[in-house]
Amino acid sequence: MKIRALISFAVFLLVGSSALAQNGDYQVPRTEWGQPDLQGVWNFSSDVPMQRPQQYGARQFLNEEELEERRARIEANRAAADAAAAQLVLDPEAPEATSNPGGYNDFWIEVAGLGDVVRTSHIVHPEDGRIPPAAEGAKRQFGGLGPDIPGERPVRYVVGGISKDGPEDRGLSERCIVGFNSGPPFVPSLYNNNLQIFQNQETAVIMTEMIHDARIVPLVEQPPLHDDIRLWSGDSRGWWDGDTLVVETNNFTGYRQTFSSTGTDYDMVLTERFTRTAYDTVEYEFTIDDPSTFTDRITAVIPMIKVAGQIYEYACHEGNYGMMNTLRGARVDEQRMAQGDNLPERD
Amino acid sequence: MLMKNTVTMFRAALAAMLGCALLLAAPAWAQNDDIPRTPSGKPDFSGVWQAITSAHYDIEPHAARMGPHPGLFGAHSAIPASLGIIEGGSIPYNEQALRVRDANRANALENDPLTKCFMPGVPRANYMPFPFQIVQSTDVILIAYEYAEANRILYVDQPEVTSQVDAWMGHSNAHWEGDTLVVRVTGQMPETWFDRAGNHHSWEMVVEERWTYNTANHIDYQATITDPQTFTESWTISLPLYRHMEPNMQLLEFKCAEFSEEFLYGEWRKEGTPIGNPPQ
Repeated sequence: MKIRALISFAVFLLVGSSALAQNGDYQVPRTEWGQPDLQGVWNFSSDVPMQRPQQYGARQFLNEEELEERRARIEANRAAADAAAAQLVLDPEAPEATSNPGGYNDFWIEVAGLGDVVRTSHIVHPEDGRIPPAAEGAKRQFGGLGPDIPGERPVRYVVGGISKDGPEDRGLSERCIVGFNSGPPFVPSLYNNNLQIFQNQETAVIMTEMIHDARIVPLVEQPPLHDDIRLWSGDSRGWWDGDTLVVETNNFTGYRQTFSSTGTDYDMVLTERFTRTAYDTVEYEFTIDDPSTFTDRITAVIPMIKVAGQIYEYACHEGNYGMMNTLRGARVDEQRMAQGDNLPERD
Repeated sequence: MLMKNTVTMFRAALAAMLGCALLLAAPAWAQNDDIPRTPSGKPDFSGVWQAITSAHYDIEPHAARMGPHPGLFGAHSAIPASLGIIEGGSIPYNEQALRVRDANRANALENDPLTKCFMPGVPRANYMPFPFQIVQSTDVILIAYEYAEANRILYVDQPEVTSQVDAWMGHSNAHWEGDTLVVRVTGQMPETWFDRAGNHHSWEMVVEERWTYNTANHIDYQATITDPQTFTESWTISLPLYRHMEPNMQLLEFKCAEFSEEFLYGEWRKEGTPIGNPPQ
């Protein structure tokens, strides 16, 4: 998705969206089959924290003063970034502040929430907006962009690794098996927070841009999939609850985490609700129910904003030269160390 | 002689009757009232489909032949015979492109992009031994392929939506010609092949697909390939696609990226490291 298109659309939204969203008389358009029409390309970027900072307690929404403060902080950050970029133009020979060039610059990162930014957190249940305590015995595994953290296979997180011995020791999105934001459930992340919904009378499809995952949701009676058939994206069944599309997903592989570095998704039941609340907004709500991982269910609300653009083909695996370079680099390092070379510390 | 004449007359009469029947049936056939339609009256191709053909081995007519690594796989890797799916029988390569095809074929298992689990492109995705699902809406049609989670969005009557970057599954603009869905596919990556036999194309390829219901449960699929860099003239493939009739048929996953990792990265695996994940 073109970042510039997103930014210009965000400007449009700032001007026009709230008025539309607040229109309680909004009539959801219908498909030619007469069902609520949720189709289009939607963006779920957000800078609202997933978990609620404890200072807000059980309060789900920011007050006016906090909103003003937040806007000022965003503006200050933006001005600082602009000033740094301008300084680089004025003095291109200036020494870098750090020797680490980083992975992504502002061009890549979707920092702005395009939709409802008045929430204190995306999680609305438990009431404190925090991830509930893990169930006894639930597995925990931490990844991330820092150095590898030794551990055991399977690696269930999306980014990072337990070693560079083999591809299986890397995160699932590094292996192009699961997108880092595509779930399910979808969670706002660094970039490409886009999906497209397709519908006809008997089927809905939720297709994420990340790793071109098209999750097909039958809207007609269909028995559950055999328990032995386990899928990375799970097996979804959908129905209409008024104008809301409800999707329940089971049969996950157990090779992913349930949520937030915790559990395995083997027993997870995921329930998602898609409600079009305005021309340009679908409210996305998901509930994770997995007693083997968490002591309570988790429900989160994330607005998705209509984007005037098309989904691009994210050919992750086809372009995954990074995996080869990661493994190859590790083998070269080992050879050099065997020859007595001193190597710099690497991530 | 009498017997022979009788048989000949019988055959002629049968042919005449059949001809009359076809003539009588033709107008009704053209309307094809027995196919699923959307509320707006368009043929509704929604469903799970699959080709039944060995053309994915080689789209040209071929006899059965030895497959790769027979010492390891025996008859399992042998290549089944096929009548082919090309109208006219063979691909009109130019001289240079034919040499490339031969080089591809000499080491087809290693060179085939599908060995690496790369997306197959169009038209190959439509006649692989995997099902695919069409989800037809009004302005867009999604074709989701089980293989590699490849998929395509067909933009119907939206010629202004053009290919902006090349893609493995290309860019598809569709329109209706009567009851036929015509899809122009552009912007495909030059790395995709037509089959496992090294048949190939360039970035310039344009594929024009024609999807037409024959009966309610089978589609006549046709694709005309134009690529002046590779072929001396346009050529056409045609084959039937069949609806999956199993109750509760649904696509499953074939996320083959993980199955190709050893082929792609095994060379750089630390010696002694096991392959794959422990079972759950």
